[in-house]
Amino acid sequence: MGKWTRRAVISTGVIAGGGLVVGVALRPGHRAPDIAHLVTSDDEQLINAWVKIGGDNHITAIVAHSEMGQGAQTALTQMLADELDARWQDMSFIEAPAEDEYANWALGKGFVIGGVDIPQSLVPTVDGLFMQVTSAMHLQITGGSASVRATGVYGMRIAGAAARELLIKAAAAQWEVPESELTAKHSQIIHSGSGRQADFSEFAAAAAQFKPSRTPRLKSVEDFEIMGRSVARHDIPSKVDGTAVFGIDADVPDMMYAAIQGAPVFGAQALEFNANGADQSTGVLQIVNLGEAVAVVADGYWNASQALKMIDITWSKTGSEGLDSEKLFAQFERDLQAAKQSGDATDDVSSGDVEAAFERADKVVEANYRVPFLAHACMEPMNATARVDNNKCEVWAGSQNPLGFKYEIADALEMDASQVTFHQHTMGGGFGRRGTSDVAVQAARIAKVAGVPVKLIWSREEDIRHDVYRPAVASQFRAALSDQGDVLAWENMFHEKHEPDEAPNIPYDITSKSIQHIESLTHVPFGPWRSVDHSQHGFFTESFFDEVAQAVDKDPYELRRALLSDKPRHLAVLDRAAKEAGWGEKLAAGRGRGISLQQSFGSIVAQVVDVSVNQGSVKVDRVVCVIDLGFAVSPDGVRAQMESGIIYGLSAALYGDINIVDGAVKQSNFHDYQVVRMREAPVIETHIINSGAAWGGAGEPGTPGIAPALANAVYQATGTRVRQLPLSNYDFSYQFVEEEEVS
Amino acid sequence: MITLRVNGEEHQLDVDPSMPLLWAIREKLKLTGTKFGCGIAQCGACTVHLNGQPIRSCVTPVSAVMGGDVTTIEGISSSDGLHSVQQAWIDEQVAQCGYCQSGQIMSAVALLRQTPNPSDEDIDQAMSGNICRCGMYGRIRSAIKNVGQGVVQTYDPQETAHG
Ligand code: FES
Ligand code: FES
Repeated sequence: MGKWTRRAVISTGVIAGGGLVVGVALRPGHRAPDIAHLVTSDDEQLINAWVKIGGDNHITAIVAHSEMGQGAQTALTQMLADELDARWQDMSFIEAPAEDEYANWALGKGFVIGGVDIPQSLVPTVDGLFMQVTSAMHLQITGGSASVRATGVYGMRIAGAAARELLIKAAAAQWEVPESELTAKHSQIIHSGSGRQADFSEFAAAAAQFKPSRTPRLKSVEDFEIMGRSVARHDIPSKVDGTAVFGIDADVPDMMYAAIQGAPVFGAQALEFNANGADQSTGVLQIVNLGEAVAVVADGYWNASQALKMIDITWSKTGSEGLDSEKLFAQFERDLQAAKQSGDATDDVSSGDVEAAFERADKVVEANYRVPFLAHACMEPMNATARVDNNKCEVWAGSQNPLGFKYEIADALEMDASQVTFHQHTMGGGFGRRGTSDVAVQAARIAKVAGVPVKLIWSREEDIRHDVYRPAVASQFRAALSDQGDVLAWENMFHEKHEPDEAPNIPYDITSKSIQHIESLTHVPFGPWRSVDHSQHGFFTESFFDEVAQAVDKDPYELRRALLSDKPRHLAVLDRAAKEAGWGEKLAAGRGRGISLQQSFGSIVAQVVDVSVNQGSVKVDRVVCVIDLGFAVSPDGVRAQMESGIIYGLSAALYGDINIVDGAVKQSNFHDYQVVRMREAPVIETHIINSGAAWGGAGEPGTPGIAPALANAVYQATGTRVRQLPLSNYDFSYQFVEEEEVS
Repeated sequence: MITLRVNGEEHQLDVDPSMPLLWAIREKLKLTGTKFGCGIAQCGACTVHLNGQPIRSCVTPVSAVMGGDVTTIEGISSSDGLHSVQQAWIDEQVAQCGYCQSGQIMSAVALLRQTPNPSDEDIDQAMSGNICRCGMYGRIRSAIKNVGQGVVQTYDPQETAHG
């Protein structure tokens, strides 16, 4: 695979050896403020999909998405290969480097073959699409489950189709036959009349001379050959023999290692420290005070971390030292109460006459819910390796936003972005955490002071205590009900709103709805956590819905059905899950079955959870999951993502609890921040519905529905309504308790 | 000087005897397939074999393995190809991010050597020390069973090495 350099791309549009390169540019609908500084003028745009065809007929997809385990790079390559009519064995992919070519329209325009830009007719669609996904995905950011549904649908497929048409044009000219007599198959062009055939590569250079069609014809689903097939992921062999190179494995000549201790209370600064001999300790090169943290640089990580423990650091006071989780929840609830009185809240959804509905209600049910702060706890602890010399900086790390990292590192070092090179590595989990550049910036700052290349590794303790957390959230509900069992109104107010905008909404046909939020700030840093706001609202709304069903004495599945009559996709997903799980069967004492339905990131997911509660311990036996994501490009990949998202959400539902004590995080490692292990992992059965609707995401939609389905199952088994996560804080030693008991 | 025998090769290392084996393997021998995950024997990412038994290298001082045979993920395949457990992992498409998988595979290889056709309980017992944040437990279980039931071509180059 040739080196992918700026010059080769822009000056020729043809790669070394005379191959063809096609790129597709996408216009973002709007830019979120946090990336505005990365884009300097209005005509700078995104470029999201690329393909090159080499002289050896090897085809490379250049994928502007990072691999953090989700298999998106393989799925994106499938999309491109299918539209190109390539043979799967001829395909490989590389990740686009963090260079402006992948985010700069002016340069990109010149690059797309023959100076022609993307088909104008597509721009409005693409614009519209980006309006929807910019909330989660900007530039090269991998998140919002957007890889396949945005980059894939509007980038990879178009690039593949455009390249195929150009190859056919070139072949038609060379063989002097009409284009209509030519087809592409298995990386070859075939002439139907004569049976003549030749590899794509024979026409690659000539194809680059043609103007691409403004509207390349895409395949319809019936003609897919590679999309919809579960192909083996390209990255897996290197992950079973230890050869995959994660950020933590980066090896730079003469590299030293750093261990770091951040301020326990967020926002504090290291005023001074007493080394207590740490600077003289074995292998230690230097102690570096970064302000928000103190680092030790040594000849190995062990020596660095041993020396770090010797240092006494005096931290500044921030005023948050007295805060704890209980005080923060009291603040949220106080602020919610105040907003209810003053009416000073922001509307998310407002329909019908909610007040009148409550006046006319025969019955009102209300409940208050809470979820705690959560850490991401990616399997690979945070790390980055940096070298800074002669006004140049190189950083090696895994990032969900390589280009953003590059700019933020440049800012921190007061350099120009062109002086920074970012070497992207495969990630040992991202889940949203690796979109924040704090660790990479620290590594660069330490390397600059130390004057040697430095690999900074955060301990697990540092990772748990200095995350950008899923926020702790309180959410309060009321529902107005009639004696006939109608749900007249749904009222919900919560604090802390991020993305996606629609997360607190519900799909059910209830005429009067009021969903509102307020702000109630804390000193705890927050960031996107797998499925973002859906992670809490899925639990809140789908649990409270079951409380409503119980209040009107209806089966929770049947009540959902009754209120989804105008939503056939939701209904189909829900019905399928109920059927596969055997909804309605009688269960033995101590067992429970719960259901949930959640739409997120363009996909609809229903889950049915079976639990058994024995002598106080809750065991999740089985999860049936149904997803309609429009079309599954790689069905096995989708199943893997559902399994993954469910276990991730289950860990949070059962155990996830970051407590703030004295302004700082109490938990520190997997012994007190527990996650699901083999012995607790339920059987998960995933069923996929290819409804043909607009393609949705897979990386996140599995996560939101597990907590409510679990809580609903626990209610059925025990009679205890779980309104606060995690479940491990409940005492189920009396199996059939009426009152909720939180230890 | 500490003498370490790793994957059949002897190394003389000038390191603090209390240094955990994990860092000696990763930083001194540059065998980076073995991973750091927690440092306190909670996650299993650092699992290697000492005389065929799985150990957590993050809490095992190098001094404690002198004279023993250490095997890492790099040492379980042979020039003839992958270990059957590795092949089973590919067949089941187990890895997501893949970071935990060296440790998972080392635990599974040890389990299967001890119990060639493990039950669900055996798997729970042997594998619950290995965390997978990507949640691939179901696939790990299937892959182990496939090896146990002979669905995957089985050979184990380490079997002769460690008897
Ligand atoms: S790193 Fe050794 S068990 Fe986690
Ligand atoms: S595959 Fe990612 S942690 Fe196991």
